Amino acid sequence: MTSSEPPAGLVRPSRSDGVIHDIGYRHYSGERLDRGYITRSLFVSSLRGAFGLGRSGRSKILPMLLASAMALPAVVIVAVINIGSLDEQPLPYSRYAIALQLVIAIFLASQAPQLVSRDLRFRTITLYFARPLERIDYVTAKYLAMTAALLLITSAPLVVLYLGGLLAGLPFDEQTAEFAGGMLGLLVLSFLLAGVGLVFAALTPRRGFAVAIIIVVVLVSSGAVNIVAAVAWEEGAFDLAGWVGLLSPLTLFDGAQVWLFEAESSALISPPGTLGGVVYCLVALGCIAGSFGILLARYRRLAAT
Amino acid sequence: MTAPVISAERLTKRFPSVTALDDLTIEVGAGVTGLVGSNGAGKSTLIKILLGLLPATSGRAAVLGRDVATDGPHIRARVGYMPEHDCLPPDVTATELVVHLARMSGLSATSARERAADTLRHVGLYEERYRPIGGYSTGMQQRVKLAQALAHDPQLVLLDEPTNGLDPAGRDDMLGLIRRIGSEFGISVLVTSHLLGELERVSDHVVVLDGGRLLQSQATRDFTRTTQVLSVEVTDLPARRGDDVLAAALVAHGLVVRREGRLLLVDIADDATYDVIRDQVADLGLGLIRLQQERHHMAELFRPAGDSA
Repeated sequence: MTSSEPPAGLVRPSRSDGVIHDIGYRHYSGERLDRGYITRSLFVSSLRGAFGLGRSGRSKILPMLLASAMALPAVVIVAVINIGSLDEQPLPYSRYAIALQLVIAIFLASQAPQLVSRDLRFRTITLYFARPLERIDYVTAKYLAMTAALLLITSAPLVVLYLGGLLAGLPFDEQTAEFAGGMLGLLVLSFLLAGVGLVFAALTPRRGFAVAIIIVVVLVSSGAVNIVAAVAWEEGAFDLAGWVGLLSPLTLFDGAQVWLFEAESSALISPPGTLGGVVYCLVALGCIAGSFGILLARYRRLAAT
Repeated sequence: MTAPVISAERLTKRFPSVTALDDLTIEVGAGVTGLVGSNGAGKSTLIKILLGLLPATSGRAAVLGRDVATDGPHIRARVGYMPEHDCLPPDVTATELVVHLARMSGLSATSARERAADTLRHVGLYEERYRPIGGYSTGMQQRVKLAQALAHDPQLVLLDEPTNGLDPAGRDDMLGLIRRIGSEFGISVLVTSHLLGELERVSDHVVVLDGGRLLQSQATRDFTRTTQVLSVEVTDLPARRGDDVLAAALVAHGLVVRREGRLLLVDIADDATYDVIRDQVADLGLGLIRLQQERHHMAELFRPAGDSA
């Protein structure tokens, strides 16, 4: 029951045969939960929204297709390992996300605007900020929801690979260590990409614009970095080739996880030495914190309008 | 007298290019209060400050006894807000939206569903509430905006121009709803409009803002008495203009008369005013073309008082 008070009046007999009974206005005397509950509710509804749950049937298609596309190669690989009796994973855990960057980028570019641009375009954001939750609660809920959504679609295939690998009798200790490193790497990747995606999605209420920018920032930048790295490598500028990865989210993630978890790199050349590793990690951390900060600042302006 | 629902003390808000609120001191009690002012008078700015969303440049304000500068979340938990602009996503149903927003006000999932059904019914949305909002008329959209403001059973609702964009029938419905919120629901209301006339009908109290300053604040009863006006138009006499003659006669009977072209605007002192006008018109042998009670527009409040005949 939401109301402990009796209805303001008894059911009034309607003059006609109508069946709408006016039981009067009932006050709500139930519990009013705190900002923590509100933030969690917003997180859950946003996470569900990223997969089209609680939305129209049509909006479920793309996220579900992408999630399947993400997992399908893992299923094939597992089949190959088991049938072909391989003695190691043909595609290391740490390289799976990079190999499927196209799918991840499309997922981010389509769902980040879904999470934030809608509230801006239809100005629903006003209704949120007229409620108890504060700016930081909104940004936290949306950031964590996008991160969790990315983590879900990127880590599911890794779980498939891991279980399939164990099934095929690959060494448990080695597999577990590499799998754990890969999962932690995906956590970094998800935070990194969620930040990039949300910042650009929150800058514009126009969805198409946000989609294009996110694709450019994630995919095109990574392609450009790889080209520059390849040219630098050819020219013998190995240091430059190692450092240039800082300029794109995906290569930044790769460099950071190589140093953090001794992961196998997808890049031509890893960040130079310990200094390189530390710088890659700090820049990744800075990007995550920076994205959060930019979102807070963005919503400070919006909350007051 | 119970504690004021809203109080502002020397409240000032300056933007880089404009002063939106200028040394505003008001107190708003329970019931329905109309906040009247032309566009740019500072109504929306005042609401933003009261919700704790916009810091004041100087001065203080309290809502439900809590300081807006420090207690924003608490205030917003017990206050509902209906913005002036469109704010509804078209691709969800009214029920989905109101349930979600009730949860955002801290209601559990079950309570949110019950409250959403209740409030949507109270604002007059029945079967439509299961259809996407994109297909709603302006009147229905305004009702959804009102429902989300009421979903968490607030003690006070702030309604910014709720009759905007509505046709006359929709306007009447909305004003009726606002009246019910104040009386039946027992929720205090602060409602803004640039039309004094429509607020007179539903408010217990009217506050008039102009250029961020307080122009007038009084009970609607007093307000109506001092501002209600009859417009009178008469035929001419063979030798003299009828309006001149009648104006002189009415002033001689102690009425306040202003001229507007051929129209005489007579302040209604009490019911006897009508009789005086009728008798004078008859005694002077004038033909009465028009005797009409005027609905006020804001502009008339700002007319200097020295305009009388």
